[in-house]
Amino acid sequence: MIILDRVTITYPGATQPALSDVSLHIPEGEMSLVIGPTGSGKSTLLGAMNGLVPHFTGGTLSGSVVVAGRDTAMHPPRDLADVVGVVRQDPMASFVTDTVEEELAYTMESLGIPPATMRQRVEETLDLLALEHLRDRALLTLSAGERQRVAIGAVLTAHPRLLVLDEPTSALDPAAAEEVLAALQRLVHDLGLTVVLAEHRLERVLEFADSVILLPGGGRSIRMGSPADIMRDSPIAPAVIRLGRAQGWQPLPLSVRDARRQAGALRQCVIDRAQHQVPHETQAQTSPAVPADLTVDVVKMTVGYSETPVLRDIDLTVRRGEVVAIMGRNGAGKSTLLRSLAGIHRPQRGSITVSGLDPAQLRGPALTTSIGMVPQDPMDILTFDRVDKECAQADLDTPATAGRAAALLSLLAPEIEPHQHPRDLSEGQRLALALAVVMSGVPHVVLLDEPTRGLDYAMKARLADQLRDMAAAGHSVLLATHDVELTAEVADRVIVLAQGSIVADGPVAQVVLASPVFAPTVAKVLQSPQLRDLPGFLPMTPESLSQLVGSP
Amino acid sequence: MTGGGTRLHAGAWWLWALGLAVTASRTTNPVVLGLIIAIAAFVVAARRPATPWGKSFGYFLKLGVLIIGIRLVFTLLFAGAGGSAVLWTWPVVPLPGWLSGITLGGPVTAQAVLWGLMDGLRLATILACIGAANSLASPARLLKSVPAALYEIGVAIVVAITFAPQLITDVQRLRTARRLRGRPNRGLRGIMGVALPVVEGALVRSISLAAAMDSRGYGRQGKRSPTARRMSAGLLLLGLIAGVVGIYGFLDSSAPVGFGLPLIIIGLAASLTAIGLAGRGSARTRYRPDRWGVREWLVSAAGVVPAVTATIAAVNSSLAMAPSWEPLALPQVPLLVVVALCLALAPAWIAPATGQTNHARRGHRRDTPDHVPGFDTTTPRQAVDA
Repeated sequence: MIILDRVTITYPGATQPALSDVSLHIPEGEMSLVIGPTGSGKSTLLGAMNGLVPHFTGGTLSGSVVVAGRDTAMHPPRDLADVVGVVRQDPMASFVTDTVEEELAYTMESLGIPPATMRQRVEETLDLLALEHLRDRALLTLSAGERQRVAIGAVLTAHPRLLVLDEPTSALDPAAAEEVLAALQRLVHDLGLTVVLAEHRLERVLEFADSVILLPGGGRSIRMGSPADIMRDSPIAPAVIRLGRAQGWQPLPLSVRDARRQAGALRQCVIDRAQHQVPHETQAQTSPAVPADLTVDVVKMTVGYSETPVLRDIDLTVRRGEVVAIMGRNGAGKSTLLRSLAGIHRPQRGSITVSGLDPAQLRGPALTTSIGMVPQDPMDILTFDRVDKECAQADLDTPATAGRAAALLSLLAPEIEPHQHPRDLSEGQRLALALAVVMSGVPHVVLLDEPTRGLDYAMKARLADQLRDMAAAGHSVLLATHDVELTAEVADRVIVLAQGSIVADGPVAQVVLASPVFAPTVAKVLQSPQLRDLPGFLPMTPESLSQLVGSP
Repeated sequence: MTGGGTRLHAGAWWLWALGLAVTASRTTNPVVLGLIIAIAAFVVAARRPATPWGKSFGYFLKLGVLIIGIRLVFTLLFAGAGGSAVLWTWPVVPLPGWLSGITLGGPVTAQAVLWGLMDGLRLATILACIGAANSLASPARLLKSVPAALYEIGVAIVVAITFAPQLITDVQRLRTARRLRGRPNRGLRGIMGVALPVVEGALVRSISLAAAMDSRGYGRQGKRSPTARRMSAGLLLLGLIAGVVGIYGFLDSSAPVGFGLPLIIIGLAASLTAIGLAGRGSARTRYRPDRWGVREWLVSAAGVVPAVTATIAAVNSSLAMAPSWEPLALPQVPLLVVVALCLALAPAWIAPATGQTNHARRGHRRDTPDHVPGFDTTTPRQAVDA
């Protein structure tokens, strides 16, 4: 289906090729997963599959890319539109029309497909992706998961033989991600479509993949093989793989289900340990808060002006040094809660105090020393064309000593050059820069909105370390996230929002283990009735589990 | 809006609205203007679709009020116009000699104020008509019926239209982000600080949209040869030139007789041929094009009849259509125009119902992001998770 023969791609002005000497063959009907650290060339590889690289992006390509028998050197992307469907990271940025039905028809219109056929295919696709009830809706009013499904449908109607997706689930909550993946599964099974997708959150997709393409980055050569084969020593591995490797399980489990079947002995071992040291620190954690320790105090807050407010009657307190994860599905009000704490939204009723002040009144240094917020897109708060200018401005904006932001940045991401443009950095590097800028004010409360979007495992681990350090230094950290593994790793407390109300608030172990959606991999693997009453005891990551029971 | 042919052709709505706009442009009679706004509002309320742009009518009305206000301020400042009923007198501000045509200050008469008001009201009414068309059928839908040869221009226009609201949300988002960094986000400095990032963001977005369109087959060439393409382009250019020269000749009384009209006809014919030729080579097809049927004829007629009546009335009974307010008295009502305008209400029943609520309310679970009216600071992307 796709044959890459000694492909090397170099972008204009780059000293190093983005991809070098890649030879690959993806057979028809296969679901291939492309993995690799950020900046290893995943997007370049996907872009080469429909000719966007280099026809659209510029640069030079040597070797050949042949898709469904057509060489991309001879065929620009528009001439491949009938065989390759491309769904990009941000579906909103690729929508051309404004309603669901017209968006589904757009590609077919460009291809000149007869109206009767178009009508039929639109109806089929609406059913296939469960979009029928949305057909007249404006794209702007859809939720993230629905937009992603529309974007997939919009390329499917052209009946491509290959579907290329760049991080289709990274912005979605766990349930919406499952909807999208289930839809993809059906396409592979029912239509025999070839699917190539890049994804950072392997825990969601690994079990569905037929093959894995690993781009290790740093000049090492590309590898392709079966998931079990690649995962044996891949530097990028989800929690279930790390658990399997640490326990020496053979064959390596690729899904929670596989792991559970091999975890009998391990589970018993954990239960034994648990019964020996029951009166553990679980009680000590929930000591009553000292008022002076409170950095965030929200009382009966309602935000939004209609019969259905975005947030309703929120009560919330956060102490110094506490890491609080805010979870809940897309549209539950997580971002709005963070934005209210930063004083962007004023509550309609109720009150907010952040380190003793009303956040909506704060301006200038008074704001940067009490609240630091990194928005969903870190680029929003980065406005200069050079990293060093950005850091210099951060020092001016806060009463901090000169050079503080730059010093922080060299700690967080030493590889960033001062003369780089923030737009040219990877997602993780941008986040590091935004964090350095925000932390230079030494704010009492740090707010992070969906910080792990687009981060690979190494960067996530680095972020987790940073968050723990920040908490140890006495900052309160609140993060809105869909990432259950990160929550399990760093949070002390979890708040679950649904339809604008807090539906659960408690220590991470209690809340997360009680829910099948929010439980981390290790907890799912070890789940058993004996452990249900001892939530504080259960380890949350493969690493902490190994510490507890030791490696075999 | 669902099902085959259950929505009105966008062109019919625009013709109807333009008819009302023409009617408004022919009069300064407050009764007629008020009636037109009322008719537009009634039809919009009855037949607008449940889409975001369906709500745009209100914005146009607000813009109209602003225009009336501005017009009134100018009237009060540059009084000068005639009229017998002097309300008060401003001190006259002496202006330099080269501005001799303009007087600043002087007596303000009731007639001048009324004139200004009615002039503003006329503009506001025309805006309301455009707003009604916008609400009832978005410009993007109109594009579906544009000849294939003009499709590319149409896409450019629609993309530009959808970018405008995006820019506004960008400005709001970046201003709140500026505040987060402790920098001024209000006033002139706040706006200047975000100008560059906003433009940068818009450029990035347009590039990614272009990439998306390219990979979805936009701009695929049909079976036309380059020669045929060049021929139709040349023909179009010639036709346009002939048309422009022809209009000039038609309007300029000193030009030789029989020079203007033929050229206009030749120009029009050449342009239409070119558009037809170019369209024939296009490989594009259309998904569910709007159909033009009896209902469409009726709705357009409901707009065109008042326009024609008003144009005739403006010549024959000019006093009723453009009251002089001298002496100050209630204006006459042009009965025939009012009767014709009542026809323009008919689309509220002729046009198919759009089911405003049934799908907007359905599936509140996760289908509707929390886009709360009056709470519009979140961008679409943030609204995903607001």
